[in-house]
Amino acid sequence: MPQPRRLVEGNEAVAEGAIAAGARFFAGYPITPSTEIAEVLSRRLPQVGGHFIQMEDEIASIGAVIGASLAGTKSLTATSGPGFSLMQESIGYATMAQVPCVIVDVMRGGPSTGLPTEPSQGDVMQARWGTHGEHSIIALAPSSVAECFSLTVEAFNLSEAYRTPVILLSDATVGHMREAVALPTSDELRVAERGEPAVAPADYDEVISTVDNIMPRPALGSRYAVHVTGLVYDRSRGGVPATGTPAVAEGLGLYLREKIYHHRDAICSVEEIEMEDAEVAIFAYGSVARSARAAMKWARRQGVKVGLVRPITLWPFPTEAVEHMAEQVRTIIVPEMNLKQMSWEVLAAVAGRAKVVDHGRIDGKLIRPEEIQDLIRAEFHYHHFEETR
Amino acid sequence: MTALVDEELLERPPQDSSLPRVTPHSTAELRSHLRTPKTLWCPGCSNGIVTRALIDAVLSLHLDPDRTCVIAGIGCAGRITTYLNWSTVHTAHGRALALATGAKAADPGLNVIVIMGDGDCVAIGGNHLIHAARRNIDVTALVFNNSIYGMTGGQMSPTTFEGDRSTTSVYGNVEQAFDICELAHAAGATYVARGTPYAYTRLSQLIAGGIAHKGFAFVEAMVSCPTYYGRQNGIPDPSDMMKRQQSRAVPVEKFDRDGPRLHDRYPVGVLHHTEREEYTAAYAGVVQRAQGSSRG
Amino acid sequence: MKPMNDAPARAKSRAPEAVVVELNLCKACGICVALCPCDVFERDALGYPVVARLSDCTSCAFCERHCPDFAIEIVRAKGRA
Repeated sequence: MPQPRRLVEGNEAVAEGAIAAGARFFAGYPITPSTEIAEVLSRRLPQVGGHFIQMEDEIASIGAVIGASLAGTKSLTATSGPGFSLMQESIGYATMAQVPCVIVDVMRGGPSTGLPTEPSQGDVMQARWGTHGEHSIIALAPSSVAECFSLTVEAFNLSEAYRTPVILLSDATVGHMREAVALPTSDELRVAERGEPAVAPADYDEVISTVDNIMPRPALGSRYAVHVTGLVYDRSRGGVPATGTPAVAEGLGLYLREKIYHHRDAICSVEEIEMEDAEVAIFAYGSVARSARAAMKWARRQGVKVGLVRPITLWPFPTEAVEHMAEQVRTIIVPEMNLKQMSWEVLAAVAGRAKVVDHGRIDGKLIRPEEIQDLIRAEFHYHHFEETR
Repeated sequence: MTALVDEELLERPPQDSSLPRVTPHSTAELRSHLRTPKTLWCPGCSNGIVTRALIDAVLSLHLDPDRTCVIAGIGCAGRITTYLNWSTVHTAHGRALALATGAKAADPGLNVIVIMGDGDCVAIGGNHLIHAARRNIDVTALVFNNSIYGMTGGQMSPTTFEGDRSTTSVYGNVEQAFDICELAHAAGATYVARGTPYAYTRLSQLIAGGIAHKGFAFVEAMVSCPTYYGRQNGIPDPSDMMKRQQSRAVPVEKFDRDGPRLHDRYPVGVLHHTEREEYTAAYAGVVQRAQGSSRG
Repeated sequence: MKPMNDAPARAKSRAPEAVVVELNLCKACGICVALCPCDVFERDALGYPVVARLSDCTSCAFCERHCPDFAIEIVRAKGRA
């Protein structure tokens, strides 16, 4: 039975989503505009028998999250741009060593100290490529308080299913907004549990996961002896480092990629609104999608056929949805609080089949519906728009 | 320096009765705890000796191997994770204590042993060391201090002595070396010990004492790197290095702790040992309070 | 090479049954040869240890404990722990 409807802050919903998903470990470092997640979890986690620790810095935080996950506990951290930068090495470690965990990045103006209390979408590319080396990642972008909750649950489910870190790319607007929601309770949710591999401890070293059978890693302290490393390792020999064998290095790298990309249909999630007859689409995510939706509704009231495609999954990039959109419409408007980070990806996927109009804003202010409305007007030269906004 | 009775040359070296008793196990039994005893460590590197002392200590304490894990950083010492066949985690450089903190907090019943080299522990990992000590979290940090960065080819480390040569101090190091035991103590470690591979039996006891201690235990093993430290500083022979290290080691009860700290003499044994509430035990109290107040 | 101090005289009955050096693991570092208090070992042409004077061995097992490569096994005489 859901809890009563009440005003909930986005960051609070992330914290409650984590608890509902079964997370019982948080390690983090205060940083605006994410700090509420830590504060709520410092109060809530011990209530449910979990553990909250404020670590000495963000590098320690992601380290502790990885350690707790290896010990068998669903774990998360929350930060913003500067802390996200510090965490990158260990996020790469988690991808290489296949450690499930959730990293919440509540994006703010950057680079560097930037605009600590203002929103941006400046970490989109960093979420994909912030850590060194060829790697894959999953990143989700909530655009409402309800999604702060539900996508946090989804992030944990994806991280367990695919044995990967998952990044929740929120922003200062979504994180600090308050909306009336009735948060679901755990029994209403699908929550993935880790389990143990279906093989005896003595045989564990030789049995390897495949893309269609991703086996969980047993916890430290279980009856299995596990060996975890960030070096290139041989999965057929219990994960022992194998830096001298090119075939092993290539095989591991390709497996880590296919582990996620083979399942992109299941992983990628996109919301399409009023696209059935659309001539122009807006492709927007996170808090900007709220303005985009308002602009789209204005356009429909004005009699022009505009639809909204909202990627919920930013990485892997929802290529198929964008290709489909490019077949349907003549123009795709991409408003972002950065300078073309997503629109480059849209351009590549569209491959010339439609016009892509990017609109960037980096002054720490949310893109307003009026800005998108002006771009829509420009796509319908011969339409008479009422001056109302 | 008074002459030491060479107790280690006795068939049954006398043991310190204030520390857990260590039974030296046969080589065959010790090899059974290794995935392979063929290590990448150089000929004469004493990392293998400290590894043996660690296994002897763990076996002597009758730790459940299923409930024991070794978390190690990057460097020659970190490669121990490849050789032990208990659960092992080979972390990013300098982050072993951060991962160990998370693992122990998530599962307080885990026996967590953290292996680091000197660079891993007090250079890149320094911040995590001081906070793990401050928290007094019940893990055992065993540092293989060879005063050099061996894995990357012989650069200086924060524990390289003034005047020493390395590939990044070819004119002689001008920086003071950390006394990492005193650093750990000042940060709050409640068990601090130092030993040498030469005095093997005592080293194994010191490690066992650290594992048995409830709280943050810090054990510094002075290891020798003949290939990089030795060759660059005029003492390339592994046995000479071990003997010189041992000749500089002064039992703590005989060491003048108010005198100048010199690189050619250092105290060995249990340097500090106190009791203070351990972190995971204290947090259990937080959980109790939180669950009491949430019941309204 | 001399040990740290003079080893006390030992009766011959303290010798083990064997000092086994696993050459597959040995890296010829010379620690056992240099630090044996009873000069039991010699080094061969490649630097590997050879048990030259087993009867002088007192089973102190210093070599076994200080071999970094787990290469030495003292097989103790029957009736001795």
